[in-house]
Amino acid sequence: MIHAVWLIPALPLAGFFFLLATGRKLGDPKAGYVATAIMVGSFFVAVGVFFDLMGMPGEERRFEQELFSWMSVGGLDVHVGFLVDPLSVTMALFVTGVGALIHLYSVGYMHGDERYATFFVYLNLFAFAMLMLVLADSFLLTFLGWEGVGACSYFLISFWFERPSAATAGKKAFVTNRVGDFGFMLAMFLIFATFGSLNYVPVLEEAGTLAKGTASAIALLLFVGAVGKSAQIPLYVWLPDAMEGPTPVSALIHAATMVTAGVFLMVRVNPILDMAPGVLTLIATVGALTAFFAATIACAQNDIKKVLAYSTVSQLGYMFLAVGSGAYIAAIFHMVTHAFFKALLFLGAGSVIHGMHDEQDMKRMGALRKWMPITSGTFIVGWLAIAGVPPFSGFWSKDDILLGAWEKNRLLWLIGLVTALMTAYYMSRQVFLVFYGGERWKKAEPEHEPVVAEAHGAHGDFKPHESPPTMAYPLVVLAALAAVAGILKTPLEHWLEPVLAHPHHFASSSGTKLGLILVTTVAALAGVGIAFAIWMRHRVKESAVEPEALRRAWYVDELYQKVVEAPGRALANFSAFVIDAKVIDGTVNGVGALVRAGGSRLRTVQSGFVRNYALAVAVGAVAILAYAVARAG
Amino acid sequence: MTVPGAWYLGLAAMLFTIGGVGLLIRRNVLIMFMCVELMLNAVNLTFVTFARMLNDIGGQVVVFFVLVVAAAEVVVGLAIIVSIFRRRTEATADDISLLKG
Repeated sequence: MIHAVWLIPALPLAGFFFLLATGRKLGDPKAGYVATAIMVGSFFVAVGVFFDLMGMPGEERRFEQELFSWMSVGGLDVHVGFLVDPLSVTMALFVTGVGALIHLYSVGYMHGDERYATFFVYLNLFAFAMLMLVLADSFLLTFLGWEGVGACSYFLISFWFERPSAATAGKKAFVTNRVGDFGFMLAMFLIFATFGSLNYVPVLEEAGTLAKGTASAIALLLFVGAVGKSAQIPLYVWLPDAMEGPTPVSALIHAATMVTAGVFLMVRVNPILDMAPGVLTLIATVGALTAFFAATIACAQNDIKKVLAYSTVSQLGYMFLAVGSGAYIAAIFHMVTHAFFKALLFLGAGSVIHGMHDEQDMKRMGALRKWMPITSGTFIVGWLAIAGVPPFSGFWSKDDILLGAWEKNRLLWLIGLVTALMTAYYMSRQVFLVFYGGERWKKAEPEHEPVVAEAHGAHGDFKPHESPPTMAYPLVVLAALAAVAGILKTPLEHWLEPVLAHPHHFASSSGTKLGLILVTTVAALAGVGIAFAIWMRHRVKESAVEPEALRRAWYVDELYQKVVEAPGRALANFSAFVIDAKVIDGTVNGVGALVRAGGSRLRTVQSGFVRNYALAVAVGAVAILAYAVARAG
Repeated sequence: MTVPGAWYLGLAAMLFTIGGVGLLIRRNVLIMFMCVELMLNAVNLTFVTFARMLNDIGGQVVVFFVLVVAAAEVVVGLAIIVSIFRRRTEATADDISLLKG
């Protein structure tokens, strides 16, 4: 079965071409079921590969498959091949698994959309690119997937491109990602210059011989790429806007899989990172700051998806904190549990939006648990998981990260702890606003008429409804996974250990560990308690805990507009209206005008009188003769 | 008694000048055309003279080529002139300045 590893990305690619050709004919919902079946098939292959790899002895768990040579230029020989090791199989398993569930969910969610089949074409293409990214055996092939997921992300964010905001958000995501991609490319140049190869196996095996400066440069450049893709400070701004896409896209691409690519890359190159301790500290700091910063913003957002978006940024920050602390396994563990509970929360939010007829403002919801029992039940499981309430999965993974941070730096740990408290707070706020309290949607007069509202009748007298089974089943499965994924902790540690150059062992005593667990749990419960006091008991005025600065996300977008966009726009205007219009056009038009003026002077010579021409010939002949005579004489 | 070669050359130069000046100052197309013929034949005379003086047959050969080309040119030229006179009763070379720039 392990030799069939190429099937894992090949199936979605085949699905992409198949749906591209026949999708419109298959239509709604057959195209969706085809795409889902393909993802399930891919998942089963991944499971088969996983068991084959399990069968190998611990230290030899690695399998390389070379398919064909892609390009061979001088010393650079790039082939299309796969590197199967515990890390890539873990990634492939949850990408295909969560991917299949979200495909199934999309069958129901996208029902009735005009471009139903196109959506699944993109979704399958995305799955292909993401699987290439994780299974590739060289930096360049990973980069192929890296760019592929970026392009699919762009297509899917602006899927409803009729809305200007969606089109803008897609562009923003694409441009911001380019900033990070240049770092990845420069890193590849440097790696090739240093090692003469771009394949993971030789490069990572020789990473120990790297000079410290080179290792730092490579690690830093790769981190720049990861910052762009995984939405860290300062390049996180695209992710909240990416919520303009359909909700399954937010769940699949902007929570569970694509945005974790940066973390995956960091873990993949861990032998290089280990040679650059300064960069590791930087990664941990950026991660902790991002986690804290995004969590503050999430506390004051009203859009149900925006809260989850900032929460994703924050949780990705946690993963980078783990990477920077050297706790790579904790990062991957949190990535997996996060994929479960965040996909669950997004799909739950999608279900709520669906049931509320495209209402996204949490202040217009409330008491939905009566109307949407499955959605609310599963959402609450996701809430407990992300808040870090034991024994749900988020508790175990977050605890590992905080332990790693504690051993790295106490200040970073403190930031992580405060963030854990805030995470519990903003998620509780969301749950209380959406599923508890009064039925605010009854009296709320809509300021803006939702797009689809007409199709469902008047806005005032509707009832929220539970979502169809295709949407509900994935929620139940993900909820089960989010609840119990904590048991993966110890197996995952043993499983991933061969991937690491220097496996990290927590050195703290068991007393310290227990103390940290207690502190973390208390922080999580405190967050829930504060939210309960404010949003259920209304002990504090709502506006007091939602200052304008937080609601506007610390004015970061406005700041970027001033600092980046305004000079960029000025430069573009200068290029367009001064350099292009005046200098370049002026040169071209000037040459033309010169020729024209010269021509109009010269045309008078062409008088049309034969005698003039004859005279010219005579004079010319005399002149030539005089010249010849003068030279001869 | 033989005529010296210089006399032939002088005659040819005179004929060439008459032809050239005629071409420049006359406006009648037919006259201008005859002037061109005059110039051509003046050159022919020079060729033949030099051929005799230098004992080189090449000069006489060139004359044959010139005659052939001149004959062809006469055919084309006269045809053009005739067709011009068909369109208008009277025409000078200056009236036909259609190719003015």
